[in-house]
Amino acid sequence: MEPTAKLEKVKFGQAKLQKTALFAIYNRIKRIAFGRQGNDGLVFKLFVYALLISVGFVYLYPILYLVSQSFKSLNDLLDPTVLWIPQKLYFENFVQAWHVLNYMDTFWNSVLNSVVPAIGQTVSCAVVGYGLAKFRFPGKSIIFGLMMITFIVPAQVVMIPLYLMFNDYHMLGSSLPFIIPTIFGQGIKGVLFILIYMQFFRTIPTSLEEAAQMDGAGFIRTFFTVILPISTPAIVVVMLFSTVWHWNETYLTSLYLGDSMTTLPLMLKTFNDSFSKLYGGGAAVGGKHQNINESIRMAGTLLIVLPLLILYLFAQKRFVEVVDKTGITGE
Amino acid sequence: MKMTKKMREALTGYALVSPWIIGFILFMAYPIYYSTYLSFHKVTISANGIVTEYIKGDNYKYAFLSDPEFIEKLLLFIKTAVGMIPIIIVFSMLVALLINQPIRMKGLFRAIFFLPVVITSGEVVNELFSQGATAIPLVEKYGIIEIIKDNLSPAWSSPIISLIQQLILILWFSGVQILIFLAGLQKVNKQVYEAASIDGASPWVSFWKVTLPAIKPFIAVNMIYTTVDLFTNSFSDVITMIKDNMFNLTTGFGYATALAWIYFGVIFVFLCLILLLFRNNDDVNVRPRRRRA
Repeated sequence: MEPTAKLEKVKFGQAKLQKTALFAIYNRIKRIAFGRQGNDGLVFKLFVYALLISVGFVYLYPILYLVSQSFKSLNDLLDPTVLWIPQKLYFENFVQAWHVLNYMDTFWNSVLNSVVPAIGQTVSCAVVGYGLAKFRFPGKSIIFGLMMITFIVPAQVVMIPLYLMFNDYHMLGSSLPFIIPTIFGQGIKGVLFILIYMQFFRTIPTSLEEAAQMDGAGFIRTFFTVILPISTPAIVVVMLFSTVWHWNETYLTSLYLGDSMTTLPLMLKTFNDSFSKLYGGGAAVGGKHQNINESIRMAGTLLIVLPLLILYLFAQKRFVEVVDKTGITGE
Repeated sequence: MKMTKKMREALTGYALVSPWIIGFILFMAYPIYYSTYLSFHKVTISANGIVTEYIKGDNYKYAFLSDPEFIEKLLLFIKTAVGMIPIIIVFSMLVALLINQPIRMKGLFRAIFFLPVVITSGEVVNELFSQGATAIPLVEKYGIIEIIKDNLSPAWSSPIISLIQQLILILWFSGVQILIFLAGLQKVNKQVYEAASIDGASPWVSFWKVTLPAIKPFIAVNMIYTTVDLFTNSFSDVITMIKDNMFNLTTGFGYATALAWIYFGVIFVFLCLILLLFRNNDDVNVRPRRRRA
């Protein structure tokens, strides 16, 4: 063999080596970028994060707007160069909004009209859900069908008769029209809560209850000492949802409570009037005359959602975890 | 008397469910009956209480033939709802898919996406809406609304425009739906994905062939939930109208209940359509397909 041919071969070999090396690098980059299965690569990850962040921003936008706006003084509000961050934090808005809302009284009214019914629903729906999840009895499917119907019937259909009924019992103007139905597993979206409990109880193995019964516990005792303690996730979810939905309900509250009681979200409706009664209008006392502006309204709005935000902050971890582990809906 | 185990079980079951049954009779069955009764009457409130006068179907006739607002408002609302439901479903599915990925700060993102569940109250959102906090600035900037206005007839452009203007609102309505989809996604067997990827399916393909059929029932659940939610929340003009009529001296409770029943009829038709749609689809798509070897 001639030396030139040998050299050629070596060269060829080197080129091949280089080529495979290049190819390996290419493959590696490709794997990092696109991943092994297509959804674990860098490009895909970046895409997911970009989407999440932008959608997350759209979600948070109203809240960011709310917070930013509520700290603006009148000067900042009128200054077109101030977009998001006020020149200095202006707390006067909150002070005024606090007084306008008559915050502490209204807050307790709101609590009375949301937390108490929520407790009612949490307890009664758990009992009903347990009955439906773990016991067989004739007519269960009928009850189920009726539940679906009550979910679909808009509150407006039964609102007038209920209004007349509560009127007959002289319950209007108090929280009773909210509390009493919840004791019987009704109330705002009660059916949904029963379904959540049902799904949860179904995931608890029957052997656990059987074991308790072997040990001589009756079904009431089994329910309270075995089932409920391991059902905290479901209880948290129901409690949170129920509180929030009752808190936010302005439509029925304004109807049932009338003028005798007012809740925080309801106050927002009459915010302007209350404000001018307190601070502005013709009857300016001691130079306190002042006009309402957006920032004060926004401060008021923020004060109204604040308790819910705080509640969510505490419940959130539990809540997300529940969703992760159990999946609150059915098969 | 000795009870069999079966009987005891049934009795316990009844005992546990009985609160709901009592509640149903008191707060549902009787009011439903009474509201039907009222809807065929003219109701006036006098010093002695409520006076009803039977007027046959006049309330219904008035709603359809004479009321200048009702049908118009109802139609506009239906159109908006038809537009909103698919957007909410697609969007919430997208978000659920995203936060179901193995990503960092999963908890934070989930917390953000469930946040609207907590805040969405009529008054607060109305306030935000009136302050312009729910409109996306980009939409205004590029004159998208003008384009739609110029190219479509007013009957269709107005619902579309209101859709765009309320986009954030729409997104905010999907909190519970995201939750339901997420729960659905977590029920999908991971091994199916592995098998699919071994067979060479890309994520795109495995979404259409594995994920979508698996969460199909959840789409139905979500559509039903969304429909009920949209129709019964206080943003609906129709509901405002029902309430206004309650305390209107000339029309009163009787007419308001008639409106409520018509409204219920519309919701019911909607739900039936959804169920029909999904029943058919189920037959075609969910049946497991045999893969060729």
